[in-house]
Amino acid sequence: MDLIIQGIVNAFRLLIHADPEVVEITLLSLGVSLGATAISLIIGISLGTVIGLTRFPGRRFLASLINTGMGAPPVVVGLIVSVFLWRNGPLGLFSLMYTPYAIVIAQCIISLPIITGFTMASIQQIDPRLRLQILALGASRWQLVWLLIRDTRLPLLAAVMAGFGSIISEVGAAMMVGGNIAGETRVLTTAIVLSVGKGQFGVAIALGIILMVLVYLVTLVLTTVQQRSKAR
Amino acid sequence: MGGETDALIEAEGLSVVLGDQKVLDVPSFRIAANEVLTVIGPNGSGKTTLLLCLASLLKPAAGRITYKGMPVSGPGVFQMRRRSAVVFQEPLLLNSSVWDNVTLGLRLRKIRGEEAKARGLKWLERFGIAHLAKRQARLLSSGEGKRVSLARAFVIEPEVLFLDEPFNALDSPTRQALLEDFESVLRETRVTTLMVTHDRNEALILADRVAVVINGSISQMGTPQEVFSSPVDEEVAGFVQAGNILHGAVRSQSNGLVSISVERGEIQAVSDLPAGSWVTVYLHYEDVTISMPPAETGASSARNQLRGTIVKVFPLGSQLKVTMDCGFNLVSVITRRSWDELGLEVGREVRATFKASSVHLIPRRS
Repeated sequence: MDLIIQGIVNAFRLLIHADPEVVEITLLSLGVSLGATAISLIIGISLGTVIGLTRFPGRRFLASLINTGMGAPPVVVGLIVSVFLWRNGPLGLFSLMYTPYAIVIAQCIISLPIITGFTMASIQQIDPRLRLQILALGASRWQLVWLLIRDTRLPLLAAVMAGFGSIISEVGAAMMVGGNIAGETRVLTTAIVLSVGKGQFGVAIALGIILMVLVYLVTLVLTTVQQRSKAR
Repeated sequence: MGGETDALIEAEGLSVVLGDQKVLDVPSFRIAANEVLTVIGPNGSGKTTLLLCLASLLKPAAGRITYKGMPVSGPGVFQMRRRSAVVFQEPLLLNSSVWDNVTLGLRLRKIRGEEAKARGLKWLERFGIAHLAKRQARLLSSGEGKRVSLARAFVIEPEVLFLDEPFNALDSPTRQALLEDFESVLRETRVTTLMVTHDRNEALILADRVAVVINGSISQMGTPQEVFSSPVDEEVAGFVQAGNILHGAVRSQSNGLVSISVERGEIQAVSDLPAGSWVTVYLHYEDVTISMPPAETGASSARNQLRGTIVKVFPLGSQLKVTMDCGFNLVSVITRRSWDELGLEVGREVRATFKASSVHLIPRRS
């Protein structure tokens, strides 16, 4: 019991004094995960829209791959990215291993199937007659695509939340490809694992609280946008 | 060229194939500028397919469509969509506000600012939905949604309007109110219109011409009067459930009962229309019964008991279509058995009876 109270007191002391190391870890976590989410959004929404709207051979197989990817274990993703980025690996010459970029790549691969899958599903559940109606109103192909994406903004914002949530709290891949190097690739999750291992419960609890608050804040912003656009 | 025709849209050799079945086969079809053409026919007869082809939303397997003499194909397809508007059976609204939906066609055409605002407001008001502008479109009632969908079509100020059973699936009062508003907008704008419906009354009220589509081809085309009073064949007759269509004027009205003069005869009907109103009288063949005079048997409570002479008999399967001259031509459908029992023949004097409540009146402008 003493340990817990001591830990919480310690945590608040670190938070109140804005411990430079804690701040740095937090900012890196946020930057890496937001960046990865943004990249996944651009690729995922495009890919999901194409798969959702068009018919081509192998489409169903691709869709099943994406749906499988939505549940891919981050550790396995970390392993695959490590193999590729390793000094002797196919992409070794870029020297990305143990850099924040490596974490971004891994996190992109984790969140991409989630965002693509959500987009695909929400585009497909649009009444096909609505497509016909939009075309009948004189929409060009691009105007049609834009209107359909806009019409699915509620599920798409859910996709953003799910995508971001899955990577900011992910630890296996970040540890494997980032290496948890202090001041370079140490993010909230990897720092918590390390602190607990060293018995520094105060630091671990402080970082844990920050992680929870971050996830909550980002979700709150997205939820507000989602609900406002619903009411409009 | 110009003197040859004033057809706005012409189609030739139009055919649509689904699987190995031909669902539409129309050798020739034309819509004249400013006319209201309704397409009627049973479910699955190809009415909607015809509409989609003409609206450039479905590519036919074969055939040629022209607009003002210019072929509609390739880039012409997009141009055709830009000058027409389509209203489907379902409102099919975007997940946003009523205003956003109504002005969508304008945004797609890059019409913004004051002009968009003025046009949007005008049509919201014209369809009585200005107070709903900020509401979420998908949360509206079906009648309101239909009004949004109509306003969205008119705001474009289309050269051609296509409607696919727009008043379906609405309850009767809602439908009637919307139909009246729509009719007045249509008369006002004189926009060239093709409307698919299976409702006889809609066709009667709105149409300049009616096309009857059965089994993927056009069985008959003509004025509503022609089609409904003289169907070309049994199939058409069976579909239009033909009845008497007469033109007359209300002579007098008292206690919800009007007396209408039709040619040299007179009809009593239940209505509140004032004296002097012009009306189209619609009366189902089946509602007219034939008996032998003298009329003074007192057995019938029907208001209309007209003396007439049988002028024509036409067989309709197990029934006979009997035309009588009662000061105007009145048609009744009776069984062959009644014909025989009454000992009827052409030239025989008979009594035609029908209730004042069976008479359907449609007000006319003139």
